[in-house]
Amino acid sequence: MLAHLPVLVILAPLLGAPVASLLRGPNWPWLLATLLSWFALLCSVLLLIQVNAQGTFIYTMGGWEAPWGIEYRIDFANALLLVLITGLASVVLPYARLSVEHEIGADRCPLFYTALLLLILGLCGITVTGDAFNVFVFLEVSSLATYTLIAMGRDRRALTASFSYLIMGTIGATFYLIGVGFLYVMTGTLNMADLAERLPAISDSSTVRTAFAFIVTGICLKLALFPLHLWLPNAYTYSPSAVTAFLGATATKVAVYVLIRFVFTIFGVEFSFGAEPLAEVLVPLAIIGLLSASTVSIMQPNIKRMLAYSSVAQIGYIVLGLAMGTAMGLTASLLHVFNHGLMKGALFMVMGAVAYRMGGTSIDDMRGLAKTMPLTFWAFVLGGLSLIGVPLTVGFVSKWHLILASLELGWWPVVVAILAGSMLAVVYVGRVVEAGFFGEPKDATKREAPWGLLVPLWVLVIANIWFGIDTRLTVDIAEAAAAQLMAGGVVR
Amino acid sequence: MSGLGVWNYVIIIFLMMIGLYMVMSSSNLVKKLIGLNVFQTSVFFLYISFGYIEGATGPVMQEGASLYSNPLPHVLILTAIVVGVATTAVGLALSVRIKESFGTIEEDELHTMDSSL
Repeated sequence: MLAHLPVLVILAPLLGAPVASLLRGPNWPWLLATLLSWFALLCSVLLLIQVNAQGTFIYTMGGWEAPWGIEYRIDFANALLLVLITGLASVVLPYARLSVEHEIGADRCPLFYTALLLLILGLCGITVTGDAFNVFVFLEVSSLATYTLIAMGRDRRALTASFSYLIMGTIGATFYLIGVGFLYVMTGTLNMADLAERLPAISDSSTVRTAFAFIVTGICLKLALFPLHLWLPNAYTYSPSAVTAFLGATATKVAVYVLIRFVFTIFGVEFSFGAEPLAEVLVPLAIIGLLSASTVSIMQPNIKRMLAYSSVAQIGYIVLGLAMGTAMGLTASLLHVFNHGLMKGALFMVMGAVAYRMGGTSIDDMRGLAKTMPLTFWAFVLGGLSLIGVPLTVGFVSKWHLILASLELGWWPVVVAILAGSMLAVVYVGRVVEAGFFGEPKDATKREAPWGLLVPLWVLVIANIWFGIDTRLTVDIAEAAAAQLMAGGVVR
Repeated sequence: MSGLGVWNYVIIIFLMMIGLYMVMSSSNLVKKLIGLNVFQTSVFFLYISFGYIEGATGPVMQEGASLYSNPLPHVLILTAIVVGVATTAVGLALSVRIKESFGTIEEDELHTMDSSL
């Protein structure tokens, strides 16, 4: 079984999805999806342990060797991502039972869990595969599942949000497809390791440069880098709470992983940062993005929307780290991918609990929450502190590394921008916390959210603190992954 | 290449621009989807053009043939066509539901109904 771990992570949700659609009632599909996600988490953790012990793990699909078959190639970077995706799925699914039944109705539950399993499948697939075209297929599997899930939101604006994401997401994926086509023409291979081997010899050609531009633009659309983020706020605001929690924590992160894979492994640091002006393009966009999105989120009356804009800002930090093109920057970027997944997952789950009891997620619904729903409220406070980057939370760990990485390069203005972004986060989180502490409850009869929502929520909140204090695991893996990626090309 | 020259690529770029322009300029959601389809189809043509070799036969072993076309781009594009069909289906289903709940699929009317879009 250990030899088949990468494919088991994919197979579990792939086979579970059609079964879930055939089951009746809200509970059986939920149970199936939850058990499968726990199984996938187990596989991912075993994989990470194996990668840590034995180095890069290569799985040939169906026993066909690499140039003919598709190979799955697991190193530190994607093992870390896999643990994030399956871990978040394992926490969000137990949470989803009450939240989903409440928000989308019992009759549509089987279809909901089918789509959610397909989303998990797509995201895990993008992460494990070592084939550039296979990434496109899994990208579209996950995107189609995402469009469906967003459209299940209660508000009718969920439909238009989903439609505009469909248009933008398809354009992004097609740009990626064009880029991969150019690479195939130039190298005659789609295997990532082979691409990395053959590209340096022909990196002068304008076809390769065009391919690079198409791929980076396409993926930046998927990861919602400013100014390509326009689909994100509506999609996160109107989709069901459990979907927002899972998407906000994982979907854009997987796109970041694809970008990292292409920039560092396939094209290589010399090409991306030497021959191509990647840093000159991405650093200003990331900084403008993190400052402007943070500023916009201060003015949002809907807290879910505020957190969505904050996600755009956090993507700015992540892209900033990887655009530095140094091992430290990349470490910070990978750390923030993982840590932001934990904090945004927790915060969006808080909003789901608020929506469950109060029926909305506006700042008025949050007023006086410290009195009516203290556990939910304190989860928001801790998640918010993590988002700001207060010491002893995960947010501090990744921002600390990001600042160290910019200091290493002597980029003082960037350090100022990072700190300014944190100050803006203090304002937008503080605004909600103030309303929760000092506001008058809209409806003082409301009680605490049910345990079914609180337990998964607090598991994530505790993870926020745990990985903020005990940074050995995440920092070591992120550093190992960054070293591997910076070494570039093929890890045999 | 000599038979077609670069004309196929000129046509592909032409189709690509038509598709993207339709997606951006038309206000009707179904027309947007049609534009998206044209855009995707141009990329399918691009891949098929890559796989074409002047004077080559299909990639099946046969007497008297020494030059074979590359089958891989065709296989890739079959997959991409399936993906495109699925995307169109989801897009059309969304348009139907938008029509049901808003009563229109014109984007500017949708904007005026829900200002936050």
